[in-house]
Amino acid sequence: MDFFDTFPAMDRQGLRDLKKGIDSSFREFSRSYGEGIEDFFEPLLHFLVWLEKLLINAPWPVVIVGIAILAWLGSRSWKLVAGTVIAFLVIGYFGMWKDTMATLAIISVATLLCISFGIPLGIWMARSERVQLAITPVLDVMQTIPSFVYLIPVVMLLGIGKVPGLIAVCIYAIPPLVRLTNLGIRLVDKEVLEAADAFGADNRQKLFGVQIPLALPNIFAGVNQTIMMSLAMVVIASMIGVKGLGLPVLRAVSNQYLALGLLNGLAIVVLAIIFDRVSQAYGRRLQAHREGTGHD
Amino acid sequence: MTNTKIKIKNLYKIFGSNPKNAMEYVRNGLSKQDLLEKHSHVLGLRDINIDISEKCISVIMGLSGSGKSTLIRHINRLIEPTEGEVVIDGDDVLAMSAEELRDFRRNKASMVFQKFALFPHRSVIQNAAYGLTIQKIPEKEAEERSQHWIDRVGLSGFENHYPAQLSGGMQQRVGLARALTTDAEILLMDEAFSALDPLIRTDMQEILLDLQSELNKTIVFITHDLDEALRIGDDITILRDGEIIQQGSPQDIVMRPSNDYIADFIKDVNRSRVLLVRSIMVPADSENGPKIGMNIPLEEALSQLSSKQAMEGSVVDSEGKVVGKLDLSTAIEAIRRPERSSNDLQYR
Ligand SMILES: Nc1ncnc2c1ncn2[C@@H]1O[C@H](COP(=O)(O)OP(=O)(O)OP(=O)(O)O)[C@@H](O)[C@H]1O
Ligand SMILES: [Mg+2]
Repeated sequence: MDFFDTFPAMDRQGLRDLKKGIDSSFREFSRSYGEGIEDFFEPLLHFLVWLEKLLINAPWPVVIVGIAILAWLGSRSWKLVAGTVIAFLVIGYFGMWKDTMATLAIISVATLLCISFGIPLGIWMARSERVQLAITPVLDVMQTIPSFVYLIPVVMLLGIGKVPGLIAVCIYAIPPLVRLTNLGIRLVDKEVLEAADAFGADNRQKLFGVQIPLALPNIFAGVNQTIMMSLAMVVIASMIGVKGLGLPVLRAVSNQYLALGLLNGLAIVVLAIIFDRVSQAYGRRLQAHREGTGHD
Repeated sequence: MTNTKIKIKNLYKIFGSNPKNAMEYVRNGLSKQDLLEKHSHVLGLRDINIDISEKCISVIMGLSGSGKSTLIRHINRLIEPTEGEVVIDGDDVLAMSAEELRDFRRNKASMVFQKFALFPHRSVIQNAAYGLTIQKIPEKEAEERSQHWIDRVGLSGFENHYPAQLSGGMQQRVGLARALTTDAEILLMDEAFSALDPLIRTDMQEILLDLQSELNKTIVFITHDLDEALRIGDDITILRDGEIIQQGSPQDIVMRPSNDYIADFIKDVNRSRVLLVRSIMVPADSENGPKIGMNIPLEEALSQLSSKQAMEGSVVDSEGKVVGKLDLSTAIEAIRRPERSSNDLQYR
């Protein structure tokens, strides 16, 4: 009867040894490779630091004008540009300028990193059933595993700082981009692809001339998702040493500073809304040819 | 006769998980229906043999599901056969390496699709230039050559529009221009005009015949529409359930349908427009009555006869030499619907 009352678990000693074994071997691993991995990410760190300094040190009106220009290029909408400028003025007025710039820097770098890995990975997945079968469960894990759990090995490997923060953000933010790139390419009209075949296009010409351009709206939706998710990850990333708007939020939680938390939280929301609107407007413009409203 | 350009020999196509296996049953004569029910394989094509003549419009006709698209896609090997041969100008298409095949598709055979299959992200002129872009032809030359064909199909002024901004008829003109721009000798047209409404379809047929009289390409044209087949075909092949049931000139098909299925098919055709004088004239060498060209349709010959109030005319070839005679009663007899359908009428 004992068997049914208590679960036949591993005995304590064995379990302890197992966990210890895993911990120590990972520690061993990080001791011997941690430095190499850190060196590998060195250029990324430099870039991130450079961008952050640039944004913080540049005179604020210049930054705002730069952001306004980017918003215009993306959306071609004066309303959106005006909204963006006002939002940044308000953020600055409430004393969050520096933190916002730091967040902006890490979001930009994280997005670039996600794009440069996520899109090729998505393309690879679309071209091979086997790769798709292998990668899909990995993406599922990346999306469902609590972020705190993978923070542990990342921190063990790289310590506390910007790079581990960046990696944590990317692990969280890259899956939708990979998925949507894969989906976008797979959804390209079979008949159009057949036409490309009939005219003798090779694989490269089909990929760059037909599949990617036609998948662009989906790929772009993926980029949009990635930006949104990296913003959402900012607070958690600040736990392991990423500066920016997340840090004050964290402080507010532990000290029960309602106003501080609210202000910084709202700043994150505002950034998210701006990014979202601008990138969606840009995505829509990419599809202009589908609606028959001509663009040149 | 003209030379054979495309030779299709003993071609079989079976769709399913194990076509080689299913070939056994098909060779033993299992029907398409039974193959599907008992072995869950689809018989696409069975023992197809066609010689397609150079510089002619060869029409392949059949109802939906008869295997037309499957057949035409074997010519440029968009579909691999289960068994058989496709030989073009003496070259075995099935033996080509991937690179040879690409070369063949770039230079020798181009295609027009039923649902247009234009590139939605490329403008009209970029669509027309697609084949040249693939061949890495310099942009300027590609643009000039595509412009020429855009003008020829009557799309001047729409170069910078996108496909979504054009009507169906215009989109298919783009499809045609895209196929013509590569100057391929073979033009494969899979129900190219079927998606268009009747008036525009007639327009497009005219454009095609017009172009053909000057370009002399080898055209394989697929349709499910008998009138279209008779109008533009030099040669017609009729498919049913993946098998050829008759091959011949339009006159052959109308005058001598090989079975009831085809007879039923053609009973509503306007025969006076399809039949040419030469197919019903009787040989003669002396002249009596007005001269009638041997290659004009009966409709026209009859109106010429009646305008001269003659009961018979002498048929002449293109040089004006008398080759036969046509009398009114034979002509009218030929235009009458075939026996079977007049019987049908009596029952109603
Ligand atoms: N990829 C495929 N897999 C399985 N069966 C197929 C496939 N392609 C075609 N078939 C079958 O082969 C037969 C011939 O199809 P095909 O598309 O060649 O017909 P079609 O004459 O072009 O018809 P339509 O006029 O509708 O275009 C049909 O029974 C179809 O179901
Ligand atoms: Mg078809």
